[in-house]
Amino acid sequence: MTTDNSKTTKNLLSTKEVTRRGFVKGAAATAGVAIGSGAITGFPTIWAQNIKDVTLRQFGTGVSNINAVADKVKEDLGFTLQMTALDSDAVAQRAVTQPKSFDIADIEYWICKKVFPAGTMQPMDTTKLKNYQYISKLFIDGKLTPDSEIAQGTAPHTVGFVEGADSVEFASAPTQWMTLVPTIYNADTLGIRPDLIERPINSWADLLDPAFKGKASILNIPSIGIMDAAMVCEAMGEVTYGDKGNMTQEEIDKTIAIMIDAKKAGQFRAFWKSFDESVNLMASGEVVIQSMWSPAVAAVRSKGIACKYQPLKEGYRAWGGGIGLAKHLTGLELEAAYEYIDWYLSGWVGAYLNRQGYYSAAPATAQKFMSEDEWGFWMEGKEAQGDILSPDGKVMEKAGAVRDGGSYEERMGSVACWNSVMDENKHMVRKWNEFIAA
Amino acid sequence: MAFDMSKRSSYFLISPMALIFAIFLVVPLLTIIVVSFWDYDEYRILPDFIFENYKYLLGSSVTWQIYLNTFKYAALTWGFTLLIGFTVAYFLAFHVRSLTWQIVLFMLCTIPFWTSNIIRMISWIPFLGRNGLLNSALMGLGIVDEPLEFLLFSDFAVVLADVHLYTLFMVVPIFNSMMRIDRSLIEAARDAGASGFETLRHVIVPLSKPGIAIGSIFVITVVMGDFITVRLMSGGQSASVGLQISNEIGLLQYPAAAASAVVLLVTVLLIVTALLRMVDIRKEL
Repeated sequence: MTTDNSKTTKNLLSTKEVTRRGFVKGAAATAGVAIGSGAITGFPTIWAQNIKDVTLRQFGTGVSNINAVADKVKEDLGFTLQMTALDSDAVAQRAVTQPKSFDIADIEYWICKKVFPAGTMQPMDTTKLKNYQYISKLFIDGKLTPDSEIAQGTAPHTVGFVEGADSVEFASAPTQWMTLVPTIYNADTLGIRPDLIERPINSWADLLDPAFKGKASILNIPSIGIMDAAMVCEAMGEVTYGDKGNMTQEEIDKTIAIMIDAKKAGQFRAFWKSFDESVNLMASGEVVIQSMWSPAVAAVRSKGIACKYQPLKEGYRAWGGGIGLAKHLTGLELEAAYEYIDWYLSGWVGAYLNRQGYYSAAPATAQKFMSEDEWGFWMEGKEAQGDILSPDGKVMEKAGAVRDGGSYEERMGSVACWNSVMDENKHMVRKWNEFIAA
Repeated sequence: MAFDMSKRSSYFLISPMALIFAIFLVVPLLTIIVVSFWDYDEYRILPDFIFENYKYLLGSSVTWQIYLNTFKYAALTWGFTLLIGFTVAYFLAFHVRSLTWQIVLFMLCTIPFWTSNIIRMISWIPFLGRNGLLNSALMGLGIVDEPLEFLLFSDFAVVLADVHLYTLFMVVPIFNSMMRIDRSLIEAARDAGASGFETLRHVIVPLSKPGIAIGSIFVITVVMGDFITVRLMSGGQSASVGLQISNEIGLLQYPAAAASAVVLLVTVLLIVTALLRMVDIRKEL
């Protein structure tokens, strides 16, 4: 109650004078609670001018909770965006169990498949989003180019739309009601330490090569780890899968059996659960080959340690996230949320993400915010003409460098599987626990 | 009349304590027990009354493996903390003569506890790593040619961190017991011709038993429920009961986590009961 009161009070009192002067704010807010809470209800029209006083609470995984975005929102749109970073499990948990604790959920598509049916979120009306038309086809019908194949797993377009405004049923074809507007996505592969590995690496199967005994790692988030394990087993020719994103019990059992054998043989040095852990394992030399996220590779490299994001012949395991609305959003806050989401697609953030090594959901708008050289390096796989800088101005790559894995089409076009949640999830998690306990 | 009054007033006096226990212990515990019989799917918990959670838990070989592993950690940690804790307490109680020095040295033991558990744990990682301080030193001195891999991300690392973290829990109660031992008993033992070792065995150890029991309860319950030490120091490669519960919570499988928690609680209660049967800790109080 108290927070609600102070929010409405701020709305009432927000002439520019007051809001700009921080020192008055506290006092005015406290003093005005009594007057404010009662008075505001009679004047809903006051909202329109007061969008600047809205605070939206967004939570999500660390990758997209970027403070620079919050700052830019304040600058461009005027309202405040509060960000909280959590790990994937915690995000899913909070989205379901504490629906009032957030306004904007920044979740991955496979989490969306779990969370959206719980009814704590509302779909977005795409007609309210001016930039909807620029969203990559990958998120609309699953095809990056008209002739590309739809990858296995929870491909974003399969959980991207629902049947209607109040529906929690995912639609089989695009509708007017979108669950998540895509924000960030990328393709993951193995990261290696080229200075500590002599031979060329070109297959997922190399993760279990006995040559790297005690120096390999895999991520210990069951729903993602199992996919990397499946990529490995498939590449080894040990298991064939109908759909790696939705395995049968038998496929899961076989996959885990292979991983347990490898673990018992001492193949793994450690398992990692967070971005930082993966960076530390690699940078300290404890591990020389592991499943890895692209920015983690960049983070290792920025410490001056050689690290390569190794493209593999079997293709990538891709993931993608998006932002969606909490069920409880209405009125001014809902308007602000729409404005924020549309702005997210308008290019500035896209360029920012592209410069971090992720991909923007609306590449066409992002291009306008990038230099030709940047666009060439990050998106077209061209040789860098000058130094390539990270968004905060650090040199990421020197002139002459070429991006691991090549262009946007080469990378996102060779996705073998999307992160997903399986029908046999319960069984999979139990088997995964066996692997960890073995 | 007088009896009635005192009875009523004692009920009145225990009511705040009873209320606090009811709200913060009994109610949450009952909730956990109730939820452990519920069903769940990927994102919801469904009120129900099923035995599936327990059936899976008790029937799965993973559970037995995990319990075995947890018992192993608990036993090893208990053994080492007891050995070190007893020695330290013995030194403080019987070898340091002045009270001032006893207090000073005792405070010294507690200094590491001024920082967070996790920080004390994490600081082992760069020390024990493949290219860590210890391995570099050993290789530099020519003692080993290859870095010792078992130092980090292993059972060794887990037990080492546990012992480091929890030895003080042993030192304090044992020291406390020892300080209460009447010094004339030791003189009497010596007068009766007992050697130093015999005095230790027949006088000091029996009289320190309540302290040993309390320390053991602390250490065993903490290690049985621990998850973060196991996760960090084993590099995620080993499992403990606590870690299993934490994973289940992370995956929204609250009923499964609740069932695991109930089984763990019963196990720990059995251990504590067994300890209390062996030693009467009321002597300490």
